[in-house]
Amino acid sequence: MITHEVVELSRLQFALTALYHFLFVPLTLGLSFLLAIMESVYVMSDRPIYKDMTKFWGKLFGINFAMGVTTGITLEFQFGTNWAYYSHYVGDIFGLPLAIEGMMAFFLESTFVGLFFFGWERLNKLQHLMVTWLLALGTSLSALWILIANGWMQHPVGAEFNYETMRMELTSFADLFFNPIAQVKFVHTVAAGYVTGSMFVLGISAYYLLKNRDVAFARRSFRIAAGFGLASVLSVIVLGDESGYTLGEVQKAKLATIEAEWETEESPASFTLFGFPDEETMTTHYAVKFPWVLGLIATRSIDEKVGGIKAILENNRERIKSGIIAYENLQKLRQDKNDSQAKSVFEAHKDNLGYGLLLKQYTDKVVDATPVQIEEATRHSIPKVAPMFWTFRGMVACGFMMLFIFAASFYYNAKRTAHKQRWLLRLAFYAIPLPWIASELGWVVAEYGRQPWTIAGILPTHLSTSSVDAGQLYLSLAGFFVFYTVLLVIELFLMIKYVRLGPSSLHSGRYHFEQEGLNHV
Amino acid sequence: MFDYETLRIIWWALLVFLVCGFAVMDGFDLGIGMLLPFLGKTDDERRVMLNTIGPTWEGNQTWLITLGGISFGAWSLVYATFFSGLYTGLLLLLFGLFLRPVGFDYRSKLPNPRWRSAWDWALFAGGLVPAVVLSLAAGNLIIGLPFEIDMDLRSSYSGNFWGLFQPFALLCVIIGIALFCLHGSVFLHWRTEAALAQRARCVIVWSSLVFTVSFIVAGVWIAVGLDGYRITSAIDTATTTNLLSKTVSKETGLWLDNYSTCPWLRLSPLLAIIGAWLVVFLSAKRHTGLAFLTSGLVVICVIVTAAGSMFPFIMPSSTSPASSLTVWDASASHYTLQLLFFATVLMMPIVMAYTVWVYHVLRGKVTVEDIQKNQHILY
Repeated sequence: MITHEVVELSRLQFALTALYHFLFVPLTLGLSFLLAIMESVYVMSDRPIYKDMTKFWGKLFGINFAMGVTTGITLEFQFGTNWAYYSHYVGDIFGLPLAIEGMMAFFLESTFVGLFFFGWERLNKLQHLMVTWLLALGTSLSALWILIANGWMQHPVGAEFNYETMRMELTSFADLFFNPIAQVKFVHTVAAGYVTGSMFVLGISAYYLLKNRDVAFARRSFRIAAGFGLASVLSVIVLGDESGYTLGEVQKAKLATIEAEWETEESPASFTLFGFPDEETMTTHYAVKFPWVLGLIATRSIDEKVGGIKAILENNRERIKSGIIAYENLQKLRQDKNDSQAKSVFEAHKDNLGYGLLLKQYTDKVVDATPVQIEEATRHSIPKVAPMFWTFRGMVACGFMMLFIFAASFYYNAKRTAHKQRWLLRLAFYAIPLPWIASELGWVVAEYGRQPWTIAGILPTHLSTSSVDAGQLYLSLAGFFVFYTVLLVIELFLMIKYVRLGPSSLHSGRYHFEQEGLNHV
Repeated sequence: MFDYETLRIIWWALLVFLVCGFAVMDGFDLGIGMLLPFLGKTDDERRVMLNTIGPTWEGNQTWLITLGGISFGAWSLVYATFFSGLYTGLLLLLFGLFLRPVGFDYRSKLPNPRWRSAWDWALFAGGLVPAVVLSLAAGNLIIGLPFEIDMDLRSSYSGNFWGLFQPFALLCVIIGIALFCLHGSVFLHWRTEAALAQRARCVIVWSSLVFTVSFIVAGVWIAVGLDGYRITSAIDTATTTNLLSKTVSKETGLWLDNYSTCPWLRLSPLLAIIGAWLVVFLSAKRHTGLAFLTSGLVVICVIVTAAGSMFPFIMPSSTSPASSLTVWDASASHYTLQLLFFATVLMMPIVMAYTVWVYHVLRGKVTVEDIQKNQHILY
């Protein structure tokens, strides 16, 4: 039987490898578009400096892209290696966007990335520009399909349980594709990627400006990053995916824990800016509240209610009880699929089957669950409040800091004095890690906030793993740890080396370290 | 549009197609990785080797990634059982694959010879390890893996990593390595010149020899010494069936069943052997491009032979034959198979078209002079 240890180790491994992968993804998303923009300017203006910009930022893109590819394969493999029951249970739906992602996006980006680097001499300008755009398109398409898959985990629509095959099966592709959660997630995540790319270019260009070298190159890069970054950061904030949190009960639980909203408030609910949530007493100490704000961002209205934690738990308890009945009758159906009585009872309760499965963590039979076990399962049917509360606020704080930096950069850039604002340049440089911190925190909110489910309301996390033993997991965790650490050290070493060299690394003879009398590296 | 039964067969064929696609397209990359430290005597020569595949290997590897995605969608239970059962093996495969993107991209970014030599060996491992793990896995698929499916359709695997090293599977590893080296050296012979091309030609002859001998031995082994599987109960091929309700027998020689029911299948192993020697002949005559196409055909024939012998089994179980995953009971739902079918026939031709275009743009031999002229641009 699967032990708690295996479940926790599998979760740890997935969380670490996914967060690690997402160190590289947003930069790929953002830089590929910035490269396409820079090259478009080059093709339209015919000024070689923009070609140099495309090539230099492209070099950094390449270093990052290699790591993105490397760590991405892990995730695809891991559904099978570590989450085998999950893969069986929802592969019929979840596997579909992944398969399409491979054909539509992975091939596109990985076929054209080679031509991007090696096609400069062999393609004419327009052809090469097209290659760069296809590369950028590939990265965003990849995000689209994986987020459709992820959106379905948060809000599983268009699918039904089949008791003969013991799995969920797709009933509507349109529902899967147009899942509103997936749509907001896509916009939010891709825009966050664009912010990351912009912050990267902005911060590094600021560094060159502070050092007063390759000024023409750096100012142009700075300008593009400031404009693209401001537009992107506004999209991230305005189209933050909080608006998706009113759909489905697991999403509602996410919202309630983010806000530490213990009781359902009269609408429109107020937003807790700050405070110390206390799980035991179900209160938030020293809460600083803003009236109306939560109701507005979450429901986009002033008269809809945002459910509180206590009400959500109450509802979950009822669903668990109904889930026991569903589970009991499913067992009968597994023995005899023509048992019509079991079938009709099952049909009536099957929406709560997943809630019944939550009990599997406490008792193997489910049907014999004691009130204490039901209580236990109910209490753990939503994520813990404090981590949700803090990670969300961390993410938002990073977002607003970046908004300020991009807005200031854009403003001084319009006044053509950005390169003289040393405070701003310094700030932009030191702010480079911000988008990464925000992205990682965002994923914690989204995925930890989904607990205790892998598929919201359908499949509990503790049932989703493979039948592997803890020894195998310790081995793989150790392997990932060693490989990922070594690779990260090498990647950062190369990245920093090339950033320091700047456009001189192109060996065109036009840049700082190649000028006469300046050969000190 | 298509009924469930037809779609299942189509999806089996598409699965085989994707395995072939991967083996043909990435097989020569793996082969070149394995040959890198041995055929390239100088740094420039190694860079020539790397740059013959540098711009395109990543697209080639995508066949493997897509194969993973497609099997997840169309054959979820196969994907789940295979990946979790072969946990440690797949981890090794993964670590092997890790070395490739960074190896290609980072190796020539610094001039330090020790740095470069370290990456050369990393790329060697990045070719060898995936080739070994994948052919080891293929061998074990033919033997049958020790797994069981329970009433909840949860699969559990009772073997361990070392259990994969069975004599027949090791023979498959030899076949796999020989095949990828053949395919890789044919590509090098085509896209390089002078001493390097000459050395590649040597490898062509040797790998062809090793391949044919081991392939024939494997065939004989399957006929007289290895257990095959056969479904012995009536099976409803057109509806959703309970996987565990079938009965399966397991005895020597059953893997030859399909050769008597469809005699044309015999062409496949025959073409593989003839093809391998045709490759040697064509390379000797300097028809290097044609030789490469032929070695691609050899790779396809080997895979079709294995898959064709096993049909309708995809993953036979050695410890609980009734748990075996077959075409009739391990597929996705009718609706998903249909959607995925349309997606595939719509997108894969586009993928193949632009892949051909990219190869066309990058055509021609890579030479030592190219490397010296473009020190800072090339891999």
